[in-house]
Amino acid sequence: MNGDRAVAYAVKQAKVDVISAYPITPQTIIVESLAEYVNNGELDAAYIPVESEHSALSAAVGASLAGARVFTATSSQGLAFMWEILWIAAGLRTTIVMAMGNRALSPNINIHCSHDDAYAARDTGWMQFFAENVQEAYDLTLMAFRISEDHRVLFPSIVNLDGFILTHAAEGLRVLEDRDVDEFLPPKKPVNAIDPERPMTYGALDLIDWYMEHRKFQFEAFESTRPVIKEVFEEYGEFTGRSYSPVKTFNTEGAEVVLVALGSSAGTLRHASRELAAEGKKLGVVSLTQYRPFPVDEIRRALSEASVVGVLDRSLSFGSPAPQLFADIASALYSAKRRPLLFSAVYGLGGRDFTPQHARELFSFAQEVLRKGEAPQRSIWIGLREG
Amino acid sequence: MGEFNPRSWKDLPVGNVIPLPKTSLQFKTGNWRAMKPVLHEEKCIRCLLCWVHCPEPSIERHEGDRVTINYDFCKGCGICANVCPVHAIEMVMEG
Repeated sequence: MNGDRAVAYAVKQAKVDVISAYPITPQTIIVESLAEYVNNGELDAAYIPVESEHSALSAAVGASLAGARVFTATSSQGLAFMWEILWIAAGLRTTIVMAMGNRALSPNINIHCSHDDAYAARDTGWMQFFAENVQEAYDLTLMAFRISEDHRVLFPSIVNLDGFILTHAAEGLRVLEDRDVDEFLPPKKPVNAIDPERPMTYGALDLIDWYMEHRKFQFEAFESTRPVIKEVFEEYGEFTGRSYSPVKTFNTEGAEVVLVALGSSAGTLRHASRELAAEGKKLGVVSLTQYRPFPVDEIRRALSEASVVGVLDRSLSFGSPAPQLFADIASALYSAKRRPLLFSAVYGLGGRDFTPQHARELFSFAQEVLRKGEAPQRSIWIGLREG
Repeated sequence: MGEFNPRSWKDLPVGNVIPLPKTSLQFKTGNWRAMKPVLHEEKCIRCLLCWVHCPEPSIERHEGDRVTINYDFCKGCGICANVCPVHAIEMVMEG
């Protein structure tokens, strides 16, 4: 299946109650597949054909607060359109699961992969997971429902899958039997759901006297999701034989050079690492399955032995000292006892191909940085037409 | 009405809910007014248009379709005066 179909299949097996989504390339196959499932009776869900992404998420918030298991999906401009509601969905503690077919933000109009949309949501209080391949997209979707609805969590989550690279590319994967999904994912038990017998106020006004306390409360609660995510990852690993962890490392023991990436390019880096290993060269690869909450301890551990680390960002933050993942990692490493040389590489914008050859060039560049003992102050750009 | 008195961020309920109904009744927005509506009863034809249109709603309907204005919550928007077909409601400055 391609990534979109795999996500839709997982959502069907998760027996969601409500689907509230608006189509946008490259996520359209998800919502179309779900519409088919609902139409032919394979999935008993209320499918709300909203007129925009803003409405999609608003309806999802209402449904989740009413106690439903809810799914939505979007990409780039669609996420931008629903952006104000993202904060509300997290702050009101909905348990919505959203699939994001990572797509570049306009201008110019581009339907291919960048991580702009995922990054745009990084402050909002949604948990974020990144799939490296179609198998992970399927697995993480199932786990996301379980994690979000856990009473120790109660936050919405985003499952990111690279636009076209994963959404539209068919890969082999193992799916669970329906009865196994039922066992792993029992029906949602809502907390503080809208109930006429127990009327409450949701989304009230705060003046200057209580807003900060509400934020602190949410902040600490979001921190508390970390052990639960690890717990569910481990449980799923025992259940399926496919283990997950917040940070994935490959060939990092004793590696001087480490490259870090989110999404499908991690696979490309690992492929290059194997090629380099055959030539006696050592490239460590680190990728993050869990992006929010940011796995600070795990990143420090994963990068603790490296001498030079290149952080790949598939996005830009105009005017900032460095792009987003680099900034997160630099923050995490700033107070670490041992800090490697750190450089930023911008790649893959708008679906620009990132090849094993590019990975090898990055490796060589990293070795140069190590030799000089100094990292560049600005991001380097991979695969750009320099003219 | 029940009690909800958090002392700090540690006492807050999940989802920032206010776990009681009708708490807005405790928050009297009437003191936000600059102008207030005054109903001249002798002109009123009991059409109820003011009651229908009040956005708060701050106009109360009584027996025989008599209406009164609830000044605890009326914010003085003037819609009632505007829709009244016989100009029975006059907006006057507060204070």
